[in-house]
This record gives sequence, C-alpha cells and structure tokens, in this order.
Amino acid sequence: MAVQGLLSNRLRSLLTMLGITIGVAAVIILVAVGHGSQVAVQKQIEGLGTNVVTIMPGFSFGSGSGGFQSSFTQLTLKDVKSLEDKNAAPDIKSVTPVVNGSVTAAFGSASYSPSQFVGTTASYEEARKAPVEAGTFITAQDESQHARVVVLGETVVENLFGNQNPLGQTIKLNGIGFQVIGVLVPKGTNGIQDQDDIAIAPLTTTQDLITGVTGGLGQIIVEATKSSTVNAAAQEATDILTPGHSSDGQANFRVLNQASLLQTSASSNHVFTVLLAAVAAISLLVGGIGVMNIMLVTVTERTREIGIRKALGARRSDILGQFLTEAVLLSIFGGIAGVGAGLIGSRFKIVGVQPAVELYSVLLALGVGVAVGLFFGIYPANRAAVLRPIEALRYE
Amino acid sequence: MSRRPRPTVLLEGVEKTYGVGDLAVRALRGIDLRVERGEFVAIMGASGSGKSTLMNLVGCLDVPSAGRYLLDGIDVARLDEFELAFIRNRKIGFVFQSFNLVPRTTALRNVELPLVYARVPKAERRERASAALEAVGVANRGHHVPSELSGGQQQRVAIARAIVTNPSLILADEPTGNLDSASSAEVMQIFERLNATGRTIVMITHEADIAAHARRTIHLVDGRVDHGEREAAAVVGA
Repeated sequence: MAVQGLLSNRLRSLLTMLGITIGVAAVIILVAVGHGSQVAVQKQIEGLGTNVVTIMPGFSFGSGSGGFQSSFTQLTLKDVKSLEDKNAAPDIKSVTPVVNGSVTAAFGSASYSPSQFVGTTASYEEARKAPVEAGTFITAQDESQHARVVVLGETVVENLFGNQNPLGQTIKLNGIGFQVIGVLVPKGTNGIQDQDDIAIAPLTTTQDLITGVTGGLGQIIVEATKSSTVNAAAQEATDILTPGHSSDGQANFRVLNQASLLQTSASSNHVFTVLLAAVAAISLLVGGIGVMNIMLVTVTERTREIGIRKALGARRSDILGQFLTEAVLLSIFGGIAGVGAGLIGSRFKIVGVQPAVELYSVLLALGVGVAVGLFFGIYPANRAAVLRPIEALRYE
Repeated sequence: MSRRPRPTVLLEGVEKTYGVGDLAVRALRGIDLRVERGEFVAIMGASGSGKSTLMNLVGCLDVPSAGRYLLDGIDVARLDEFELAFIRNRKIGFVFQSFNLVPRTTALRNVELPLVYARVPKAERRERASAALEAVGVANRGHHVPSELSGGQQQRVAIARAIVTNPSLILADEPTGNLDSASSAEVMQIFERLNATGRTIVMITHEADIAAHARRTIHLVDGRVDHGEREAAAVVGA
C-alpha cells in the first residue's frame, strides 16, 4: 500500500529520495576523503622511515642587545662527523647528509627535470628505505672517488629512456655526464608527490658539480638503532648540535621526529575527517527535511483518501503506519542509492586524494539516513492519522 | 415492541449540537428512528434539514451530543475512536455521492481495502473482492483504476466495496447524485436486488423518485422526523 503511494507520484518520490541520496553519498565520500588523506600522509611518513629523525637548518629568533635579530647557521659535514661519535650518541645507528639541487637531465633527445635531485651517501638507501630494483645504490667508494654516477627513480627512467634499459647509460645532468648505476624500487605516490620522481648522486660529486660546497647541507638524516630509541636519538642529536648552532641559547635548527610527526598528523587528520563528516551530516539533515516537506504535501493532497480509508475502518495506527512506511521507504531507497553513489564516487581521486571508504561510515550514513526519514516522517504521518473522518471526507 | 427482533438501527432522542454558547447550531433536535433488519429506508429532507449529520451519526463517523444510538444492539455513543473504526469496518458499508474510490488504485484493490483493515488474509481477500465485483456486474473492470471507469461503474465498485465485508447496514448518501438517469436506474436496481437478498439499506436522498425505490421513507425537517403526510413532505423535499 505504501509502495503504491510512492509509485503513484514517481517524479516527486525520486526527487525526495535524491535529498537523502546526496546526503548519504556525501557522508561516505567525505569521510573516505578524510580517511584517504590520513592514509596518504601516514604512508608518506612511514616511507621516510619511522625510526628516523630529520635535522634541518632553521632560523632562531632572539631579542639581543641590538634588538630583534635572527641568526642562521648551516649544517655541515662537520656536524655529520660529530653525530657519528658513538660515545656521545649511542642510540644513533647512521648519519646521512643530504643536499638538494635542481637539475635538468638529458639522454639523447629526451630531457627531463626530476622534482627531486638528491646528493647523499650510501646510508641513504637504508635510512630512507630506498632500495634499488636493478643495479646498485651509491657506494662509499663512489663517494670517496667523487664518481659521476646516478641512481634514478622509475618516473625519471620512463621520461628519459622509455622502454630502454637505463643501466650503464650515460645521461647529462646540467650538461655533465653521469653514468646510471641503479634504478630504485617504485614507491608510487605518497598522496602529495611522486616518490619515484627522483635522481640520487654521491654527495661529493653533487657538491663538486651541481650545488657547490658553500651551500651547506639540506638536511641530515639520523637513523636510530631501533624504533624505540628514536626519541633518545633525537635528544642526543639535539645535545650534540646545540653548542655550534645556537644564538642566545636558542637552537637554530629543527629536529623532525617522524614518530611524533605521525601522531600529530593522525590527530589533525582526525579533526579534518570529523569536520568533513559534520558538513556531510548537515546535508543529510536537509534531505530529511525534504522528506518531511513532501510527506506534509502528500498528506494534505490525500486528505480525502485518508477520510475514505477511515470510513472503511482504518484505525489511526493503520494510517500512521502507511505514511510512516512511505517516509521510511523513501529514505531506505534514497539511502541505498546514496551508498551506491558514495562507493562509486570514492573510486575517483578527489582534490588529489584517493578516498579510502570506511565501513563504519557506510553503515552510519545509511542508518542515520533511515532514522532521519523515520524521524521526519512521524509528524506528517501523525497529522494524517488524527484527521477526523467527516472533515477529511468533505475536503476538496 | 420488546418482542420484536433486535433492530439494526435504533435512535432514541438523538441530538447533535455543533459549537457552543450563542454560536451553537442544533443540527438534530431529538430523533427517534428504528430500522429493522432487512429494511430499505430512504431518508429525505431539504438541505439544512440535518440529513448529513444524521448520516454521519448512523455511519459512526461522529457521535451524538445526546440520546442513544444502538447499532445491532451495540451502544456506539460510548465508543472511542479505535472502537468506532472497528464498527465502521465490520458493521457498515458506505456508498457516497462522489463514489470516493481511492484514486490510482485498481477497482479490485479498492474493494479489498475494508478487508485489509479487517486483517483478512490476502488470498481470501482476493476471492471475496472478486465475488463482490461479480455481484454488482463489474467483474471485468477489476484491474482498472477509477479514472478509467464511468460514473456508473465507479458507483458499482463502491457498492461492491460496501458489501464485501458483509455489513449489518449499507449506508448510502445520495448514491445517484452524480449519475445520469440510466446509471441511476442501474444503481437503484442493484440496491433493490441487495435488499431482496436480505441486506439492510439506509439511503439518504433529496430526490423523490429515487426515494420511491425504498420500502419506507422518512422525512427530516429542521432536525426532526416529520410525521406529516408523506406526499406533502415529499414535495417539500423535492
């Protein structure tokens, strides 16, 4: 009987359902986007290695006698040496200096600028979890010999070589010949950048030919002996570097601890997800009000029918049940369509984030959608149920 | 009187007043009415005579302000809404002037409707509804919706719906008011046939020739039963 009521005004029923559909789909997709970006950031941070601390040069601001002043101290290879002191830093396993440069790579007629160009040492492979798929990584020997060798990421290989085997070939970096000795295992995107769009050369060679020696290090990667000693390693690094890199007692370098970064990002992402879900929930509420609106119109329109049904012996509960069922059916069908739309919509990248659907959001959205229909259906259905039969029959 | 069988309808001093105080309208001013089982009674009266109010009371759509109404021996003046719905469902079959079929719903389903509310199982519902449509001669129209039926056919479906529950009383309110004369004649034939098989019918009308089909005519004037001469009252009513 309720189904018949819905079918008798198809377009209106569909439009009403659409409100719930959009609400449910919005909740699913937005929660998936929130969760997807969380997953992406976590992957990115985990890709950097979780038992790793990154030290970067930074500014410190102090108010000395001359007023407000800032100081900047570069990180140098001397700092790397002092961090490698096992007595001062028992929890540090390896120290990897990194310089960043920008190059244009050319092979034959192909030319390409990798988004990352890194000059580093052999320990980078382990600290940054960047193993080679073919060939070898930079060795200590390459380092000491200032060898003109380079390890490429998958994206760079594709852009320069297409389907050719890059190993052993010589490419030009800013016009200087480098031999390709290795290709990295593809990592894919971390949600923000393509991690395979990278070229890695020995630190010494890079400083000689690309960046120059005066620029200082872009960062120092400190690997802790194990993940439980990351915080201790970070503290040791801070203690060692502070004397040479401070003004007015303020350290002018930054220590990024991946583990704590992970926690911070997880919690901020959680807030982000909740916020998105709240916005989506509002659209679900609006959909519910749409259901109520249409049900009120339906009740008014069918006043006479209600009168007939009452004259034929329908009880209040019969009428209430009929209209409530209509409202709930609208929201169930709308909700199921919304789940479908949400799941399909979540397959596409949205503002650069690959949404990750969460089961709880699907169940919650569907449940809330149906509950909203029920809640907003009660008032119109009750209005129909308490109509007096004589007046309802007289209604034109 | 007490030795006679239990009447289907028994009204004793029934009054109905709408509104309160100075604005009060006394639609019925003390009606005594007795309809025996198997009777076919026409109630006539000019507009404003209280016909519709009486119809609503007899049909258990409303309750009297004063007096007693026994339907099949049940005092309905004291029933609550839930019980009235039950009585309407089991004891009364309505036939309205404007047919009042549920729109966009097939004739068969319309006839089934009272049985739905009586919680009759589906298979039995189908069967009884088909039989009722057969009895009024529109069995072949069962799968049409009201908008596809002529006025006469719609009223037949409405009559089928009124008799499908096997009620104690068929209550018809101007059943031919919206019909042409040919359809009116057909509908009245059906009523006569139903009455011949023992159905009790109360019909409200303002047309004397329609009232003539009934075995007995009661005239209402200003909320009272007029006991004057039949012919004279009929002229007033027309």
